[in-house]
Parts: sequence; C-alpha cells; structure tokens
Amino acid sequence: MSGNIPSQVEEILSTNRRGFLKTAGLLFVGMAAPDAPAADAPGPYPVVDPRKLDSWIVIHQNNTATFYVGKTDPGQGTGTGFRQLMADELDIAFDNTTCIMGSTDITVDQVGSGGSTAMERDSLPMRRVAAEARRVLLEMASARFGIPVDGLAVSEGVITVKADASKHVTYGELIGGQKFNVTLSGANAASVSGKAKTKTIPELKIAGKPMHRDDIPGKVDATTKWAVDVKLPGMVHARNVKPPYACAKLTGIDEASVKGLPGFIKVMNKGNYVAVVCEREEQAVKAARQLKTTWEKPATAPFPSSEDLFRYLRNAKPAAGTTPLQEGLVGNSEAAFANAAKTIEAEYEIPFQGHTAFGPAHATADPSNGQMTIYSNDMKTYGMRRGVATFLGMPQEAVRVVYMQGSQGFGRTAAEDAACEAAWIARELGRPVRMQWMRDEETAWDTKSPAFLVKMRGALDAKGNLAGYTYDALSCDYNHLGYNEPDTTLIAQLMGQRRAKPAAGSAATPSDMYAIPNRRMNGDVVALPAIWETPLRTGNLRDPNGPQAAFASESFIDEIAAALKADPVEFRLRLLEAGTGDDSGFRRARSIAVLKAAAQKYGWDARPSGKPRGAGKILTGRGIAYTFRGQSMVAQIAEVEVNRETGHVWTKRMVCAHDCGFVVNPESLRTSVECGMLHGLSRALHEEVRFNTEKVTSVDWVSHPTLRHADVPESMEIVIVNGDPHPDRPDLPLYGAGEACLKPTMAAVANAIYDATGVRIRRVPFRPERVLAALKAAGV
Amino acid sequence: MSRITLKVNGGAHTVDVDPATPLLYILRNDLNLQGPHFGCGLGQCGACTVIINGAAVRSCILPASAVKGEITTLEGLATNGKLHPLQQAWIDEQAPQCGFCQNGQIMTAKAMLDKNPHPTDAQIRESMNNTLCRCMSYNRIQAAIKRALEKPLGFQPPDTAERVVPLTHGAASGGSRASKKAVVA
Ligand code: FES
Ligand code: FES
Repeated sequence: MSGNIPSQVEEILSTNRRGFLKTAGLLFVGMAAPDAPAADAPGPYPVVDPRKLDSWIVIHQNNTATFYVGKTDPGQGTGTGFRQLMADELDIAFDNTTCIMGSTDITVDQVGSGGSTAMERDSLPMRRVAAEARRVLLEMASARFGIPVDGLAVSEGVITVKADASKHVTYGELIGGQKFNVTLSGANAASVSGKAKTKTIPELKIAGKPMHRDDIPGKVDATTKWAVDVKLPGMVHARNVKPPYACAKLTGIDEASVKGLPGFIKVMNKGNYVAVVCEREEQAVKAARQLKTTWEKPATAPFPSSEDLFRYLRNAKPAAGTTPLQEGLVGNSEAAFANAAKTIEAEYEIPFQGHTAFGPAHATADPSNGQMTIYSNDMKTYGMRRGVATFLGMPQEAVRVVYMQGSQGFGRTAAEDAACEAAWIARELGRPVRMQWMRDEETAWDTKSPAFLVKMRGALDAKGNLAGYTYDALSCDYNHLGYNEPDTTLIAQLMGQRRAKPAAGSAATPSDMYAIPNRRMNGDVVALPAIWETPLRTGNLRDPNGPQAAFASESFIDEIAAALKADPVEFRLRLLEAGTGDDSGFRRARSIAVLKAAAQKYGWDARPSGKPRGAGKILTGRGIAYTFRGQSMVAQIAEVEVNRETGHVWTKRMVCAHDCGFVVNPESLRTSVECGMLHGLSRALHEEVRFNTEKVTSVDWVSHPTLRHADVPESMEIVIVNGDPHPDRPDLPLYGAGEACLKPTMAAVANAIYDATGVRIRRVPFRPERVLAALKAAGV
Repeated sequence: MSRITLKVNGGAHTVDVDPATPLLYILRNDLNLQGPHFGCGLGQCGACTVIINGAAVRSCILPASAVKGEITTLEGLATNGKLHPLQQAWIDEQAPQCGFCQNGQIMTAKAMLDKNPHPTDAQIRESMNNTLCRCMSYNRIQAAIKRALEKPLGFQPPDTAERVVPLTHGAASGGSRASKKAVVA
C-alpha cells in the first residue's frame, strides 16, 4: 500500500476511536462494520478532552496520520485546508493523512462551523498540536539514536540522523498505533498548546498550494455517505404535519383518517406539534398528507403581508428591551446636516430571505442503549448535542451527534429542528427514526434572514464633500434563534415552550473604512406581531445581516457619487484616502488595494455613473461595491444588461478582488468565492420570502425562485489580493473567507442597473416586474 | 403492494411496494443507492435525476410501476472502475460545493450530451436551466461540461454483463476526510 492509508482505516478510526481514547491499546484494524458508523459504541459519550494530544492526532503503524478536528465542512473545503496546515506542521505527506471532523464523541469541541472563522481562528490550535506531535516524535527519535534533536532532520514522516543518513526511523515505527500520552497546556480547545512553536508562514510547504478538495471525488462517484443515507435496523420514517396557518392552535386530530394505511405506526402529538410515523418513507409522506387535523386561526394576524411589510416597519418601534447598535460615531452629524449645502436621503428595503436548503432538513436519531445518537449534517454538532440533551432532559454524556455530509447550510437552519424532532419521536417510540422535511416545509418554515429597512442621509458641504452621514436600520430580527437552544427549536415552540426573555436579535451597521468627518450609524431591532411558532423565525444566514447593511450603504455611497458627478471608484478611494491612520489589520490600506485591483481587472473607465442611455432594447452598465467581513476585504464589480422591455437583468460579467490574507488553498478559495458571489447574485435578483397575513406562500422553487444556470455571468473573474502593506512579514495572517464575497453583490448589481438605466432600485430583489415598473415610472 | 422488477445499472431487482411509490424512494431505500437525492419531490430541482432510455428523468415524481426500461444512476456511470469523463471533469473543475445537487447536474449533463454531443454555451445553459444548485456552483458546472467536451466523450452503451450494482458503500461518515488516492490505495 506504498505508505498510504489502508482502505478501511477511516471507518475503523471512527468506530474504534473512543476505545482508543480510553485505553492505551493498539488500533485493531479490520473489526469495523463500515455501513454502521460507530455501531459498536453503546455510550455514554464523554466529551473529548482537548488537552490531550491524543484527542487530536493518531499516528498509524504504516506511517500515516489521522487528524481529529472539531469543525464541520459543508463544502467550502475547510477540511482539506486543515489537513494541509496540520500535515505541514507535522511534516508528513498530505496524502498520508486523513481528517475526521465534527462528530461529538470522537473529536474535540471546536464549536463546529460559522462566521468564516475556520482558517482565521480555529486552525490555530490544530497547527499547535500538530507542531507539538512533531516535537514529541523528534524527542523520541533523539532518545532512540542517542543524538540531540538538532542533529536530526525530518521530512514526510521520516526522521533521519543528519550526520548519518543510513540511520532513520518513521513516525509509524516510533509511535504507530500507540498513544502520545502528552498533556497540552491551555484551558480549552481554542487555547491548547504544546511546547513546540508553529512554523512561520514562509516555512509552510503544503499550505498555500492549490489542492483538490478531498471530499469531491465521493460526491461525483456516489460513494459519499450522506446524513440522508443512514439506515439503521428497525428504523422508521417520520414526517411533520405543520400548522396550515402560522400560530394556529390544534383543535383535533382524526387518527382514523390514516389508521388503515399500510405501514402506519403512529401519530405523534404534543401541543401543536404533529408528526406521523410509518415503516416506509413513501408511506409516511402519504400519511402526513392524508391525516385530517383541525386548527383554529389566531385571533390577530401574526404578521403583515410581504407587500405591506415595509409599511409596517416604517411605523414600527424598536422591540421592547432591545438596545440599539450604535457604531462608528464620528464628529457631529446633525451639525453637518444643519450646515449642509445639499442633503441626500434614501431608504432601502431588503425582504426576508431564506436559507432554503437544497436538501430539506433531516436527521436520524437512534435511541439504542438508553442513549441518543443523532446523525446530522448540521454545522454546529456540538451545540446540537447539548441542545438535544436539554430538550429531552437527558445527561449530555448520553447524547452524541455523528456529523455527516449534507446539503448546504450557511448558518442556523432547520437541521436543528429536525434533530430535536427525530430524537423526541425516537425516544417516544423506542426505535430509530429518520425525520425528513418536505420541500414546502423547508421553504416556508426554515429560518429566515431578517428583513431590513434602512434610512440613509448624506450632507454635502459647499465644496461638494460628504460632510455628514447617517445610517439608521430597522432589522426585523426579534426573537432571533440561537444555535441549539432547545427551547427555541420549532418543535419546542409548538409544544408550548417559551423562553422567559426572547432573544434580542441584531441589526448591523456597514463595514467600510471611509473617513467621513461626521458620521452616525444606528441599528434597531423590531418585532412582528407574532414571535413564537411563526414561519418567519430568523436565524443566522451567511454573514448575518451583512449583505443587508452593505446593500444600503454601498448603494447610498453610489448615489452620493452620482450626485457629485464623481466616478464611483474614485469617490470611494477619495473617502478611503481621506483617512490617514490604519488599524492593526491594515484594513484601510487593504480596502484601497482591493478597490484598485477590482477596477484594474475590470478595465474600469473612470466616469460618473448614470451614463447616457442607449436607444436599444438592452441597456448596459457597470457598478462597484466594496465592504469587508472581519479582516477579509472585498470589492466587486457587476456589469449588467437590462432589458428595458421586460425588466429582466442579466449580470453579464462579475469581477471580485478578495483579500483574506494568507491563502491556505487558493483553489478552494477561488471556487468558494465564485459560488459566494453567485449566492449574492441570487439574493439580488430572485430571493424574497412572500407571505400573506396567514402564512408563508413561498413554498417551492416556483414560488421562491433561486439563481439558475441561465443567470450565470458570461465571465467571472477573481483576483486574490494580499494587500498587506508588509509583504515580507514572516507571519502574514490567515483571515476568514466564504462570506465576505457575497456581501457587496446586491449593491454592485443595483449600482450597475443605475449606471445602465439612470434608475435607482432601492428594493431587493431586482425581479423583472419590479425593475420594469421602476423603468416605466422613470419614463425609460 | 405489488412486486415490481427494476433494471438498474445492469442488475435486476424485485421489490414489493405500493406501485405508486416514487422510484426515488425505492432506489434510495431498497436498492441503497446514494446518488439520487430528495430535493423537492416536485420535479422542480433535479436532485433525483436518473437516466432511463437515454433521457434524464426525475425519479421523485415517477411511480415505480411506470418505469419502462433500464435505469442508470450516478453509481452506474463509471465503467470498469474508470470515472465517466463528465465525472472526471467535475473533479478537475472542482465543481461541487456541498455536492447534494450534483447527481442531478451530472446526470442531466450526460443526457444532454448523449443527445447533443456538441452543445453551444447557450444550449448548455438552456438544457441545464431547470437543474438547481443552492450552493451556486453553476459556473463550475458549466466549466466542467465544457472541459468534458474538449475530450472525446466516448459514450458507450453500458456493459451490462460486468456491471455491479454497488449496494454497500464503505465510506464512513461525512466527517471523515482523506485523499481519494489514499483511500483507494
Ligand atoms: S427531488 Fe426530484 S426534482 Fe427535486
Ligand atoms: S453543490 Fe450544494 S446544492 Fe449544489
């Protein structure tokens, strides 16, 4: 097997892993049942100790290594990135490593994924423990050869005596299959450290190289085993029966309506939660459709209709007990407005947008041995473990979550609801249960990204400078769902659980480095009439609230530039260069660098936007927007074709300049950025959750459109910038990626539509009917 | 319930089910195939696509009793352990993000190319337009299709005698990562 990992090793590792952690024993290869992950692990499932080196790394006798990390990778390539970094620190060939992620009983709790922090933050302890393993192995070799460590060289898992190359030993020969028994310092998974120093960035050889993602082959040859594929002995299928109206009260269930159906097992009910369970999947689908239930509508409407939403928000007061988010206060903006030669005002509207997972929420729960095992694709498996334990009133050690691949999540999705539902039913029935949401449930009832209403004002002084700026946002985010808080899952709400204090939710302010002498930014959270048992529950979606804030602020900066007859790139550069200082991440300098890089790549022609309209049917224009997420800077240019007869917008070309510092895997960064830009484009052109005053009416891909193949730009260009002003620094940092790239897209497209047509669209999404109406109103 | 025999990837399988059962559930639950996925159950997204008699068919809305002909699933595209050129192009272009939709993308692309081996860009967009991806891997998918076009695709009728239906799969949980190279070695 030429030094590579034997074919079965990954299953064996995951199944025998806890035994290994408990004892100092060797790994027994060949005993696992690959189709039943961890079936030999009856529980309980204690938390994996992050201070033990053995919790992170196992070296096998054949000189391969397995890394265990507490992260999840829903398809952006972080798993491959972790392997690159850890293989580098350990000094072992990339192909001789595997990485096990996210299962709560065999990996340390690194919280799972979120916030694009995988590389920026959570890869740091991984690097430290891998460096420590290398150090320990060198000491073992030193003792074996009787030669000080500095007389040894290490390459690809082989330690050689520098003075006598005939003397060498592999990692596998030194420790293969045995424990390190090394205790690390540090209080938790984020802070663990050994004695070894990590390598400087220039010393890394594998990280920084473009690498094919290791999860892709299985996804194209159908060998990946997904969370939806789990099959357990005695497993049954469950389907929810959702209330037909938001906030409705269940008044009756006619069990006779499904009793005779083949395979029917049971109707599950508590409070307003209803589900059916059948032996086979199609039987459960049928029974859920056929079950007769009666419901009472709420006395008052739970929400305004989506058509009325922004009127409602305009009159709404901040939700009781919430505190406004106030940021970036500079100077005295009201004085600037009092002295303004000209004041510009605009309001921007961003509707609720869904996660709308491509594969609806699902989970399988196994109650065997008085424990509870959940098979899930949720990106926060560790929180899910705690959440399910609390929801069921079980000790945490009795619950584990096995992380498996699934449809994209991009934040707090209904995957958590499905896990609690599967677990509750499994415990009630005493059988393994597979819960699967249907398409209409997913689209209507999955968590939403909050609607925003943003009011912006700009004060121009007599010399045509932007002297004052205010941003006031209302975010429809009250009682926002946290991660794995059992009392906020939908099943808990439907069963009548209520938190004493609803979560405050959050607004957002723009992320830019513009130097504006007088500036005030404020965000408030408002509530809809109903905050419980509602399909308009909000939960984090990919850079929560960032795209909304950036749509308003970067559209508005464009409006100011247009009012001043300034080129949009030059105007932004002027605002950036008006400042002199910088922060520790050189955000100002790096903002300037991405703007310039995007403009250069595009071949930007400097002129004010709102170019003279052509006479033809198709109007073309280009727009730019810039923002950042954390320390990752991004500038994007969209070039659009607007059909003045239909209102259809095609984004013909997109350019993105992206700076996230040192790039671990340029190939997966490029693909993630490209897909993120298109996600931004989908939100710009298509996505809006629609509802009447009784229920969400977006229930499938027709009533809730998404981007399609025909929408894809003819050309997508990505420039990876490293705008650090000190390129020779040995320690260029790694910053997050994955979310920043979709943040400016809605604004870039709106700015391009303005350039093409002279018409400003301040309401997302830019569907043909809305664009056409705006063009007509403006006489285009 | 009734007994239905399905020809899938060169093998024959008899199942005892309600004849109205959508083919998708039988492929996934009785035949243990992991390629076709449930995405909508409405014929709108393409996640469940299989190829029957050369056409891309949405198995979520096709009653098992209505199936006439040989079914090919994603599992059946490789020949003698060699990936289909489209699958290879998918890897070369790093097309998937989460990958959940890619069964539909690959199978739809295969049916398109089998009918029209030299599609224009516009034809690719049109033929693929109803196959959705929420990770927005569309640009990569189109790049992969074009990459496959550069090589002779060599579509051959499936060699039924030697085809084995992969009923069991060795891969561990999705949380486990290794180079395919390493795993296969
Ligand atoms: S699952 Fe069949 S088309 Fe969506
Ligand atoms: S790759 Fe995730 S849905 Fe297409």
